[in-house]
Amino acid sequence: MTQATIDGRGRAARASIGKDARGGREQARRAPGLVPTIILIVGSLYCVLPVLWILIASTKSNGELFSTPPLLPSFSGSFWDNLAGILTYDNGIWLRWALNTVIYAVGGGLVSTLIAGAAGYALGKYTFWGSKTIFRTIVAAVLLPPVLLAVPQYLLLAQVGLTNTYWSVLLPQLVSPFAIYLCKIYAEASVPDEIVEAARIDGASEWRIFHSVGLRLMFPALITVFLIQFIAVWNNFLLPFVMLSNNELYPLTLGMYGMIMPTGGQPNQYSLVIAGVLLSIVPLAIIFLSLQRFWKIDLLSGGVKL
Amino acid sequence: MLLVAPAVLLLVLFTFAPAVYAFVLSVLKVQVTGGLLGTSTAQVFAGFENYVDTLADPEFWDSLGRMLIIAVIGVPATLFFATLFALCLDANRARLTGIWRLAIFLPYAVPGVIASLLWGFLYLPATSPIGGQFIDYFGNTGIFFAVANVATWGVIGFNMVVLFTAVRAIPKEIFDAAQIDGASELQIALRIKLPMIAPALSMVALFSVIGALQLFNEPTTLKPLTNAISSTWVPLMRVYSDAFVNNNIYGGAASAFTLLVMTVAATVLVNVIGNRISKRSAR
Repeated sequence: MTQATIDGRGRAARASIGKDARGGREQARRAPGLVPTIILIVGSLYCVLPVLWILIASTKSNGELFSTPPLLPSFSGSFWDNLAGILTYDNGIWLRWALNTVIYAVGGGLVSTLIAGAAGYALGKYTFWGSKTIFRTIVAAVLLPPVLLAVPQYLLLAQVGLTNTYWSVLLPQLVSPFAIYLCKIYAEASVPDEIVEAARIDGASEWRIFHSVGLRLMFPALITVFLIQFIAVWNNFLLPFVMLSNNELYPLTLGMYGMIMPTGGQPNQYSLVIAGVLLSIVPLAIIFLSLQRFWKIDLLSGGVKL
Repeated sequence: MLLVAPAVLLLVLFTFAPAVYAFVLSVLKVQVTGGLLGTSTAQVFAGFENYVDTLADPEFWDSLGRMLIIAVIGVPATLFFATLFALCLDANRARLTGIWRLAIFLPYAVPGVIASLLWGFLYLPATSPIGGQFIDYFGNTGIFFAVANVATWGVIGFNMVVLFTAVRAIPKEIFDAAQIDGASELQIALRIKLPMIAPALSMVALFSVIGALQLFNEPTTLKPLTNAISSTWVPLMRVYSDAFVNNNIYGGAASAFTLLVMTVAATVLVNVIGNRISKRSAR
């Protein structure tokens, strides 16, 4: 799991062969190897400590949050109180928010990955009238700031009565220029023309080639695109912020933002919010880190060379 | 092609149509008509009035300035540390790299709003484990570093992995040759690896700049915790409050378009600089 992870397999073998060849020199200069490791440890601490602190803080009651040393956990049993507190807050609305988040992020992520996969495959494997222009226009759309679109999206959806529904958050996020860009690059790189040709000679329809050859070969990329889309939707704060007024439809981010909002800096709900933050980070972190060998981020840096 | 149809359709419906609509809104205004007998309002053509208003508003420039300060702190910091970590991960004798890479990647799995809430507690004097009692993270200068830090924390791991994969894609023979020529590992990192990942670096830079220009989540989420952030603190917050709080969608659309023009200009600039650098290093 150490080497054959994010960057794909085969590296480990190559790296170790390289090392053997340089064995002699390696012994002579072992000391400098400490420097990169120390830099990496410092970087890891910077990235992990805030999450650890949330774990520590979640063991404290509101009073203890302000009275005990920040880096020491408390064993007064407040951890369970906080968990129970956030789960029963406002008749268990936190769980409703969590469910909404899953609907938005998983649903939106899946559908947008499929749409991007289809578009990317088509743009990568076929040239047709306007295909270059379409691709350039799609990529240029990355530049449009979401807030610019939020106002008219709201007005347009309001006209068809869709604001303040699940659709208002899902629909605008179904197509992602960045995901289409990734899929196109990957389709070009990983779906060989020869196979498409061979399938054509065998009499397969273009549609059949797409779903039984193209999609299969693109599958590893589609997983990455899904994960990126999942994070993008789960991160999108503005769209639900603008579209939703019924807090039963809120995703977690918006719900917890609302929990600190009305108090205006008055800390009476801090311990609950901290427990909520913990509850929303930990499962996600576990899912993402355990899925990490499916990440194919090389397709990102691979795209640069084309 | 049928396969592109859903993407194009949705893009037209939810991106281009709203963009055009936003432009139309930005050149309209509301006029109150009817004098004594009840008033009614009508949309009338305003020309570039809304744009003039935006450009004449000092608060617009202030918010732009704040965004630039955060970008100037956050973008180079992200690039520098992501590159540093990527090179260290690839260093021959670095230990346990799998663990460090996972650890640095972890914040990417934390949504921006949650990250802002989390860091907000770390900054608050009452709950801070990092010296919030002594350091004013929400002070006049501290606030810029505080916001830039949250943004950097969230994206550093992702950028590191992108750059690391780029380093890994360099053929190993080059390093062996350099080593035989007597190059130290530091020299290899700085003189071979760094120039060879220049294309990936310029892409990461481009995304960081776009990200900085679209800064919204972090300051909005930190806002309830401090008075240092106003509702128009960065341009996108201003657009939001114009459109949805002050009910001035026309002014909001004009500000958003002004910002879009600036984004495009900045993107072109970064692209040109990036191309220059990668061309020079290719020579």
